[in-house]
Parts: sequence; C-alpha cells; structure tokens
Amino acid sequence: MANLLRERSLLALIGDEDTITGLLLAGIGHIDNKQKSNFLIVDSKTPLSTIEETFIEFTRRKDIAIILINQHVADMIRQLVDDYDQAFPSVLEIPSKDHPYDPAKDSVLKRVQRLTGDN
Amino acid sequence: MSSNARFNVFPTRMALTNMKAKLKGAQNGHNLLKRKSEALTRRFREITKKIEDSKRKMGKIMQVASFSLAEVAYTTGDISFQVRESVSTAQLRVRAKSENVSGVQLPNFEYYIDGQNAFELTGLGRGGQQVQKCKDTYIGAAKVLIELASLQTAFVVLDEVIRLTNRRVNAIEHVTIPKYENTIAYIISELDEQDREEFFRLKMIQKKKNQGKADEENAKNIESGELKANILDSIRDEDVIF
Repeated sequence: MANLLRERSLLALIGDEDTITGLLLAGIGHIDNKQKSNFLIVDSKTPLSTIEETFIEFTRRKDIAIILINQHVADMIRQLVDDYDQAFPSVLEIPSKDHPYDPAKDSVLKRVQRLTGDN
Repeated sequence: MSSNARFNVFPTRMALTNMKAKLKGAQNGHNLLKRKSEALTRRFREITKKIEDSKRKMGKIMQVASFSLAEVAYTTGDISFQVRESVSTAQLRVRAKSENVSGVQLPNFEYYIDGQNAFELTGLGRGGQQVQKCKDTYIGAAKVLIELASLQTAFVVLDEVIRLTNRRVNAIEHVTIPKYENTIAYIISELDEQDREEFFRLKMIQKKKNQGKADEENAKNIESGELKANILDSIRDEDVIF
C-alpha cells in the first residue's frame, strides 16, 4: 500500500471557473506529457456526460491522491459520488462561490452523521 | 449455523487436548480482536469529530478565498484565462504518509511545494499584490482541503477495517467458540460413555468368569454326582471330628 501511495501526489479538480482559477493559482494544476490536465471547468454548457467521464477518469488515475469537486457539480453526478467508496483517491466536496455549502448533502458527512446518530 | 454444530473428530483424549488448546487460542484471538476493534473505534470517533470541525472550517476559508479572488478580479481584471494557460506542472503536491493504528495503515497527506512559482508574471501590470494575497489565501485553503482529505480517507479506511474486525469478532464469538465448546462437550460425553461401557464390560466379564467357574464346578460335580454327597459329608464329618 505504501508504494501505491507514493505515486499519488496530485490533486484533481472539478468545479466552476472561480474555484479552479483560485486553486490553480495556488499551484495545484498539472498537465502531463500526454496533455492531460488534472482539472475540469464546469459551466452551464458542460454536458453531464463530460463531468461523469472526467470524474470516472480521475478516480482511475494512479497519480491522483485527492479529487476536489464543487458541491453543486457533485450534486449533478450525485449517484456516482455516493457510490464511490474507495479510499484512494479520496473525493472531497468543496463549496463554491455561488453555491453555499450544505453539509447535509455531502456523501461522507452523511455517513458521519449516520454513524454518530446511531451511536 | 445450528447451535450444536461441532467438528468432525474422533472422541479421543488427544482430540480433547487439541480442542481445548484450540478453544484457548480462539478465546485469546477473540480478546485481541475485540481490543483492536475498540482501539479503532476510539480513533474513528476522534476522526469523525475532526471531520465535522474541518468541514465547517473549510466553508469559512473557501468563502474568504473566493472573496480575495473577487478582489483580484476587481483590480487586475479577469485572470482566469491567463492562469489556466500557464499551468504546466503542479507545484503544490501531496505526499502520503501512513500512520499505524493497531495494525491498520492510515494514510496521512502532507503537502509540499515543488518548483518555483509559475505565475510570477501574473498581475505584473496591475494588482500584483492582490494576486499574491489571493494566491496565499488559496494555498491556505488547499492546506485545509488536504488535511480534510486525509481525515476523510482515514475515515473510509477505518470504517472498512472496523466493520471487518467486528465481523471477525462476532464470527469467533458466535460461531467458532461455540463450535469448539460443543466439540469438547461431545468428546467428554463420549469418553464418559466409553468409560461406563468399559466398566460395565469388565463387570460383565467378571460375572461371566465367575459364572463359568461356577458352571465348571457344577459340571464337575454333576459328572461325579455320587461323590458330591460323599465329599460334602466327609467334610462335614471332618468338621464334626474336629
């Protein structure tokens, strides 16, 4: 497992333009030698199938450790995000500028609350 | 599984010793696993609490970050295209370290900055300070996000492991240990039964032997029928004589 982890060093990003710009400015953007980027900008014109494909591709890539996804984008592919239960890469829902963060929708927080509610 | 399931063994003393040793092993294992599960659960609770706090913190920090980006947009104009185009390799990367919690490797992401600033020239004309500030804010936000991601990964891994451990604990408690106990009870009862049988058999043999002796004597007596009275008489006579 440790060897597997060492290769994962990138953060991937699916979100709206502002979130992406900000985080790219922080320096998480990466374009590899096959011209594949580790981010996807989602606007109102982005087809759902593109988001789904990108999400699935990111989850399968071996060099990505964390996938950051805007919550409103995650809502569009809620089924995929909820069904995703692997540890690596970990999927993290983040708030965006236009959409306030709603903890009740977060797939992991839902599990957290279910567990703390049970106990 | 039925309550009186047992292993298919011959009821011998050696099997009994083996089973007793195995039962002891199972009980030891059960104790250890239970303790492991408790330790993991404790860790799990801690992580759950931390996740809830971090999520709230993340909401706040992302808000601040968005605001600083708006400031940049106000002073410098739209830089998103420029930023997007100048992306080449990642500077802010994460390194996964693993932490050992009672035999479970929990990943812990650590960020590090690799290479130099790719956006040195962004906002050179106007608002360079704002761009720098925005960049720092977003790096701060990314740190929080990375921390949260490692907590979340640990959460997922621990969840899985705890479930696995509990399943094992329950399997040992409710299936394996009763099975050994049933086997031991079975062997003991069979051995007792064998003991009783053996005892009964010895008794029977003795009885048979005695009877055989008596029969032989009788037969002898019958064979020499007339002697019987004489012998007895003579003995009695001798008695009288004494």
